[in-house]
Amino acid sequence: MPLASYQTSVPVVVDDAKCIADKGCTVCVDVCPLDVLRISEMTNKAYMAYDECWYCMPCEADCPTGAVTVNIPYLLR
Amino acid sequence: MALDQIVDGLSEVSCDVLVIGGGTAGPMAALKAKLKNPKANVVLLEKANVKRSGAISMGMDGLNNAVIPGYATPEQYTKEITIANDGIVDQKAVYKYAQNCFGIIEELDGFGIRFLKNENGDYAVKKVHHIGTYVLPMPNGETVKKALYRQLRRARILISNRYMATRLLKSAEGRIAGAVSVNTRTAEMLVIKAKAVILCMGAAGRLGLPTSGYLFGTYENAANSGDGYAMAYHAGAALANLECFQINPLIKDYNGPACAYVAGPFGAYTANNEGSRFIECDYWSGQMMLEFYNELLSGKGPVFLQLKHLHPDTISEIESTLHKVERPTRGLFQQGRGVDYRSESIEMHISEIGFCSGHSASGVFVDDNARTTVPGLYAAGDMASVPHNYMLGAFTNGSVAGIDAMEFADSHDFAEFDAADVAMERDRVMAPTKCEDGIPPNQIEYKTRRLVNDYLQPPKVTRKYELGMRRLAEVREDMQERMIARNAHELLRALEVQSIMDCADMAAHASLYREESRWGLYHWRTDFPEKDNENWFCHTLLSKRDGKMTSEKRAVEPYVVPVADDEKDLYDKQRIRASA
Repeated sequence: MPLASYQTSVPVVVDDAKCIADKGCTVCVDVCPLDVLRISEMTNKAYMAYDECWYCMPCEADCPTGAVTVNIPYLLR
Repeated sequence: MALDQIVDGLSEVSCDVLVIGGGTAGPMAALKAKLKNPKANVVLLEKANVKRSGAISMGMDGLNNAVIPGYATPEQYTKEITIANDGIVDQKAVYKYAQNCFGIIEELDGFGIRFLKNENGDYAVKKVHHIGTYVLPMPNGETVKKALYRQLRRARILISNRYMATRLLKSAEGRIAGAVSVNTRTAEMLVIKAKAVILCMGAAGRLGLPTSGYLFGTYENAANSGDGYAMAYHAGAALANLECFQINPLIKDYNGPACAYVAGPFGAYTANNEGSRFIECDYWSGQMMLEFYNELLSGKGPVFLQLKHLHPDTISEIESTLHKVERPTRGLFQQGRGVDYRSESIEMHISEIGFCSGHSASGVFVDDNARTTVPGLYAAGDMASVPHNYMLGAFTNGSVAGIDAMEFADSHDFAEFDAADVAMERDRVMAPTKCEDGIPPNQIEYKTRRLVNDYLQPPKVTRKYELGMRRLAEVREDMQERMIARNAHELLRALEVQSIMDCADMAAHASLYREESRWGLYHWRTDFPEKDNENWFCHTLLSKRDGKMTSEKRAVEPYVVPVADDEKDLYDKQRIRASA
């Protein structure tokens, strides 16, 4: 069967102005238990690549610049 | 995206003791193994990152089963856990835990993990259980993972993050020989030869589907997809009492603990819509969950955790723990809904089903040395069968496993495995990447877990189970023939859903085998509504024999701590009765 992608609003938001992934930081990507964060090849900033969040918070708690915000996923908000 | 691109590769390493899972039990097992023999190689393999993996990713708000001199004795604790489990307990392992856990608390204290103490410097233990006093709050419990990680680095444990173990390897004689794993970001495979292996892979927490429909909105850390249960099963190890499901009372929709263990000692309690208490005790037992379930369906629901009667300063104190430790987004969730504990009660609900000995009794069978039925294979933590284990049980039994496994490794050489087993496993693991066209893992997973909810969650009805097993078999066929993974991350999910499917099959098989009702809601069979001590006062062991799932009875070991006849049913009296 052919695949289609569908839209989903993701709970983890990264403030590009504060994110220092372009300087080599990968802390949020490293610590995520579900491995859902990646560094964008276009912007060189962290972003949530997979909508598979346990809203647990290590990404936000460990970010050295306070760039990451975890929201409650919309379906259970 | 370079990170998730599939790379073809297979390498092999060896170590003395391999610990799989870096959450709670795993780091302690690795540490103790290494301290037992500092010259030996200990590898700690982790699907995520040891710094933040497992159930205690963001710490823990308290010890739920601390046996502290002056408050409780190992005998009292062993008796309480026996009664809470309807008597189906091998007491030796529980008693050993109860004797050892205070030493572990002091060790954790030495690591810099802080527990609540009173003005005299004594541990401030609280009562939540039906009979005894075992709850020790950790208002600064967010430091647990950092403190553990420091110890691992100091002991020079070899940590391999982002490797998911997929199958165990054994010799022709049946001894453990190592494990096969796959990198979750490149799909490169790694074979690890080991003299002893310790499984610390957590609960099967992605089994039932949360009512929100969100696959990852589980009670357990959603990374705990039951991989350890599946691996132990395929290695021929026995799994105990899987029909004793984990089902918990949780904040509705948020699906995390509210948490009565934290708020209860301050005077909070579970109440119905009339504001009345209906259960004697907020300790999580199957009997308590049955009353919770009955209340929700009785028309007297919803059920709430009531705090608003408490002094505002007390509420602030509770809030500071709940919103900082274990599941810190609890605060964000309540804020989003405009719920202030000072004026509104917390709406509660019942979680999806899972396997977890941390809270119930469904785990890979282990004895009091954390040994499974496969020589050289150990298990500890939420996935091992010592009941009502919680975090402290994971640490304590992880410690037992680490020491015993190193002794085993010191007295055995590597066992030889068949290279054909690795080749076969490689084919199985990589199969979803070879499909050009098919069903993505998230759809296979949703359907499997939706069927688990529709057919397997209690009350357990034989006819529903038979239908559910037929439907699951159809999805399994799709999973094996048509599941597609387009990158390494999707492959991780594709492998996890295979564990979930195995756990669903085991949940169904184990539940149909025990033809009675026991453990309250956890194993309530409508076709066999009574407890049948004459025929079923025993463990059930599920295992794979000649490729087929089988179950058998196993006698309960003679008690170490006797339980009087008039004490046996104390946990059956959970419902508050109207007094005359």
